[in-house]
Amino acid sequence: MTATPTPARRQPSSAKPVRRPGDLFFSSASIGSATIILLTLAGVAVFLLIEALPALTAPADEVSGGAGFAGYVWPLVVGTVVASLVAMVLATPVAVGIALFVSHYAPRRLGQSIGFVIDLLAAVPSVVFGMWGMSVFAPRLVPLYEWLEQNLGFIPLFADASTSGRTLMTASIVLAVMILPIITAVSREVFLQTPSLHEEAALALGATKWEMIRTAVLPFGMPGVIGGTMLGLGRALGETMAVAIILSPGIFTWNLIGSGNNTIPAEIALNFPEAAGLRLSELIAAGLVLFVITLAVNLFARWIVDRRAEFSGAN
Amino acid sequence: MTVQYNSVGSGAGRENLIAGASDFIGSDAYLDEEERAAVVDTCGDGGAYHIPVYISPVAVPYNLPGVDGLQLKPDTLAQIMNQDITVWNDPAIAEDNPDAELPDTEITVVHRSDDSGTTENFMEYLSAAAPDSWPHEADAAWPVQGEAAAQNTGVIQVINDNEGTIGYADASVVTGQAAAVGVGDEFVDFSPEAAAKVVDASEPADTGVEGDMALELARDTTESGAYPIVLVSYHVACSAYDDAERANLVKDFLAYVVSEDGQATAAEAAGSAPISESTRERALELIDTIQGG
Repeated sequence: MTATPTPARRQPSSAKPVRRPGDLFFSSASIGSATIILLTLAGVAVFLLIEALPALTAPADEVSGGAGFAGYVWPLVVGTVVASLVAMVLATPVAVGIALFVSHYAPRRLGQSIGFVIDLLAAVPSVVFGMWGMSVFAPRLVPLYEWLEQNLGFIPLFADASTSGRTLMTASIVLAVMILPIITAVSREVFLQTPSLHEEAALALGATKWEMIRTAVLPFGMPGVIGGTMLGLGRALGETMAVAIILSPGIFTWNLIGSGNNTIPAEIALNFPEAAGLRLSELIAAGLVLFVITLAVNLFARWIVDRRAEFSGAN
Repeated sequence: MTVQYNSVGSGAGRENLIAGASDFIGSDAYLDEEERAAVVDTCGDGGAYHIPVYISPVAVPYNLPGVDGLQLKPDTLAQIMNQDITVWNDPAIAEDNPDAELPDTEITVVHRSDDSGTTENFMEYLSAAAPDSWPHEADAAWPVQGEAAAQNTGVIQVINDNEGTIGYADASVVTGQAAAVGVGDEFVDFSPEAAAKVVDASEPADTGVEGDMALELARDTTESGAYPIVLVSYHVACSAYDDAERANLVKDFLAYVVSEDGQATAAEAAGSAPISESTRERALELIDTIQGG
């Protein structure tokens, strides 16, 4: 390598760092972008608050259901959170498994093509998932639900099986498929980042492949996996069309395998076209609640990732 | 001139008319008393005119292989919808269908999961034709817990996918079996002509506006050959506009919509029932009285 001559203009004695137009341009551009995203978020929050106000302050008996806005929205909140959590619980182990296979087990060529196919799953429009879930997948789940009802019916979650299979459980499983590529992609990337020194050290100490993954790859990748999971949870919380099509909504029930329940995004999408006046305000207020939930989930995820990062050995 | 179709719900449309944001609107229901009082501010003391432009039967589709031409009296239908009758071989259904071999399949009622004028009209029919068997007040949301699906097409999809189901949907989307409904002593299948017949048999609603064509639909009619479950959509326009040119544009457009040509186009596109000749004549007269300037 040849030594580069020091530029003549450079004045090493000067205490002030040199600033060229490019520096100024890029720093203001990035500050501008950051400000715009904050302003957009603030704008959304203010809009939701103003439009939601009539529903939040309306007398209890005028709100749908006649039990005030809290009475209207809590079943939707529970439905949204339960559907998303079930989806997350189902998707995460599979996603981590796929990511490990792609990054550490599969031959390079095979791993790449599997990763590509999984990424493709993220490009399928949610309406397609909805149609498939409703017409193809839901009817095939009915025997499973009937089995659950007969054998685990004493658990309130599996009380009464639907005859069409269009239940919160079906919606959750389809949501799990939809968030699978997000969690897989993020996990795969962090697993691939594991320092090979760590891996080789583990192997040199006599660890088997599984032990190496457990002691070197997983601790290193955990914050990334959690981050990916939370991204997936965010998608599941906000998913609208798939749930609106698959689920046969109704009043709140703990029964996951019968019709009933609804999620906030689906409730908004279904009823927005015919909504006017207070009803519209109710739906927007429900949107505000979802906004707050999503914000809380993201803050929680950040907190976990920050906390784990200290012990992971990644730094 | 551009007529822009803003696809919002009927409720939001009526709000727009009252606020003056829309020059005229389409709505599945006529303005209620409160709305009629409010619309005077934008439309002048003459209020607003309702012109029936879209008549569509609401069908009762079902999925029961081997049982074609199901017939249901209003009371039987209401009890099925209210889930008081839960199996297909119930004596009440058997009585309406003496020749059919009814299976002991469980009945699954499919309703709309979104708020809808179709739901409201269907419930109005049940309340009017079977008041003893249908205890619920008409509303855009279905009152009984059951299987639900989004939009007319979703309801049909679920019914076609699952045996033992029955529901209600705009006739234009029905692809499979549909029940004939009891009217007087006979059973009537849905058809555009049968739906138009019930509109002709209906009394005008009292909206306090001279010559207005809002209808008190005769859902309990016993007239032969009339299909009583219909949805009538109105164009609601002001009786007077500030601007003469605007008034003329609205008049021209509405006159086209009720014209033979306009109705035939709608029937082709949406499967609706064309309005009858007498309705058209009255509508044209009413449209002609819209004032401008």
